[in-house]
Amino acid sequence: MRELTYLDALNEALREEMERDENVFLIGEDIGSFGGVFGVEKGLWEKFGEKRVRQTPISEDAIVGTAVGAAMTGLRPVAEIMYIDFITCCMDQVVNQAAKLRYMSGGNLKMPLVIRAQGGSGTAEAAQHSQSLEAWFVHTPGLKVVMPATVYDAKGLLKTAIRDDNPVIFLEHRLLYNMKDNVPEGEWTVPFGKAEVKQEGKDITIVATSLMIHKALEAAKELAGNISIEVIDPKTLVPLDIDTILESVKKTSRLLVVHEAPTIAGVGAEIVRQVVEKAFDYLDGAPRVLGGKSIPMPFAPTLEKACTPQKEDIIKFVKEMV
Amino acid sequence: MNRKKSIELLDLMYRIRFFEERTMKLFREGLIVGALHHYIGEEAIAVGACATAEEDDYVVSTHRGHGHCIAKGADLKRMMAELMGRETGYSKARGGSMHIFSIEEGLLGGNGIVGGGLPIALGSALSGQYRDSGQVTLCFFAEGAAARGTFHESLNLASLWKLPVVYICENNLWAATTYINYSLPIENIGDRASAYGIPGKVIDGNDVEKVYDTVDEAVKRARAGKGPTLIECKSFRHHPHCMVIPDTRPQDEVMEWKKKDPIPRFEKRLLGKKVITKTEMEKIRGKVNNMLDEAEEFGRKSSVPGVETVAEGLWA
Repeated sequence: MRELTYLDALNEALREEMERDENVFLIGEDIGSFGGVFGVEKGLWEKFGEKRVRQTPISEDAIVGTAVGAAMTGLRPVAEIMYIDFITCCMDQVVNQAAKLRYMSGGNLKMPLVIRAQGGSGTAEAAQHSQSLEAWFVHTPGLKVVMPATVYDAKGLLKTAIRDDNPVIFLEHRLLYNMKDNVPEGEWTVPFGKAEVKQEGKDITIVATSLMIHKALEAAKELAGNISIEVIDPKTLVPLDIDTILESVKKTSRLLVVHEAPTIAGVGAEIVRQVVEKAFDYLDGAPRVLGGKSIPMPFAPTLEKACTPQKEDIIKFVKEMV
Repeated sequence: MNRKKSIELLDLMYRIRFFEERTMKLFREGLIVGALHHYIGEEAIAVGACATAEEDDYVVSTHRGHGHCIAKGADLKRMMAELMGRETGYSKARGGSMHIFSIEEGLLGGNGIVGGGLPIALGSALSGQYRDSGQVTLCFFAEGAAARGTFHESLNLASLWKLPVVYICENNLWAATTYINYSLPIENIGDRASAYGIPGKVIDGNDVEKVYDTVDEAVKRARAGKGPTLIECKSFRHHPHCMVIPDTRPQDEVMEWKKKDPIPRFEKRLLGKKVITKTEMEKIRGKVNNMLDEAEEFGRKSSVPGVETVAEGLWA
């Protein structure tokens, strides 16, 4: 075992996959000698050169379009959109092209591309640099959607994403970049569509994504002894491992979904829908979603915090529900 | 241009013209549904341009893309079947008229989003450059797309990276019902090339030999690693934007352009140069008509896809 950060885990995944397959290349802004604005690509430009680490102008349509055209013709691009907010500049390429062209071609082509972006709030960058937009992509047929919450998963899921023959939206959380954990030496992959029970419990199931997994685990720790909480990380939203969630709800009879994205029409609402449809008789109370407020993320840290679920909010919800 | 090549180009122009006419008939009979954007009047561009391409070169097409497919060598039967919504179509009836893909033949699809193909052509061009395969991408778009931001992002990056791509702007003057003076403040889109530091050409898009020569030079340049070229081909579509929108264009303008029809023009030139006789021409027309009969028959006899197959092709 060794200690690694979430950021280094991503860097290692990119490095290993680029070593393994020469068709893998990176494309994005500031990813050259600077190594990406957060440092995810650090050292890769030096190692693999300009051909495979392609720093672009500020041209999101061109970044994702290049990835789409390259993927259709045999390469395996990993595109970086610096902030998920900036993906709004190239939604045509993501939603109409990357997601749909394989199906529209009758399965004639493959679209093995990854679009990595980081998102979430917590760094006082206001509403155009703080969003959690995963629900948009979940709502678009043809995209896989991945949200790693741990160091181990960051590496393993990114490697799986790069090896997948379908377009994958890979959403990192910048507050996790410096998180450290002990992980094995060598390489590993983490499968899509397989949730993990992070902590077993019997009174209530909390399904949380990305950073919220850690807040849910903190809440569970604080309530331990009084309320026994089962915490589940779905890891991938498409495909979604609803079976693991259903199994848990059948045991606990209560469900709370926690995510940073606005509650309204979010992934939590979808998980609740599926649980209500498939395990209604097992529920002892209305399942709930604790998400972000429907407010453009404010700048001031105090306001920012008020717009996103905190450990205290999770505890309050759990106490109301159990 | 030698005799064989000239006749080949004429043959392809007939194929496009007759294909389009046949689809109009089938649309009126209700056998083809949806939007149908015809290429009649612009045949010289696709044919002249694609004749410069090798089999493994790429073509990125548009919503008005039947001509590009045929010129690149697509099978009329599978095209017709696609338009008729049959499972034997190129895209298994998932795409329709605007979305005919054949990666094997270098056809990277039409596009329902005006300007959507421009960034994709960067990727296929990069693919060729990355593998050092010599593959060139022909990226077709029309003057309407030249007002999109993707035009700028794409030409900028293609020039920066010296990508092997040829931008072929089919300026047919009308974007749906919008005349060019509502979308372009300058005379020529080709003049914008200088802003990207690449060669720009403005040519008569109804002259198939001129298109061939101009694109050929650009393709050779791209293959030699010297980067992209922007070629604006002035032309005109004889029909309205699509089958479901009435013609809003002044009829005298339409009549003027019909006089410049690229097919009779090329026929006349070939007859004048005694490259071909009227009888030989008739023979080719007859052959192409038979091909269209066969394509129609193939479509009629093919099955529509079973609803149980609806999810097939979504995931690899």
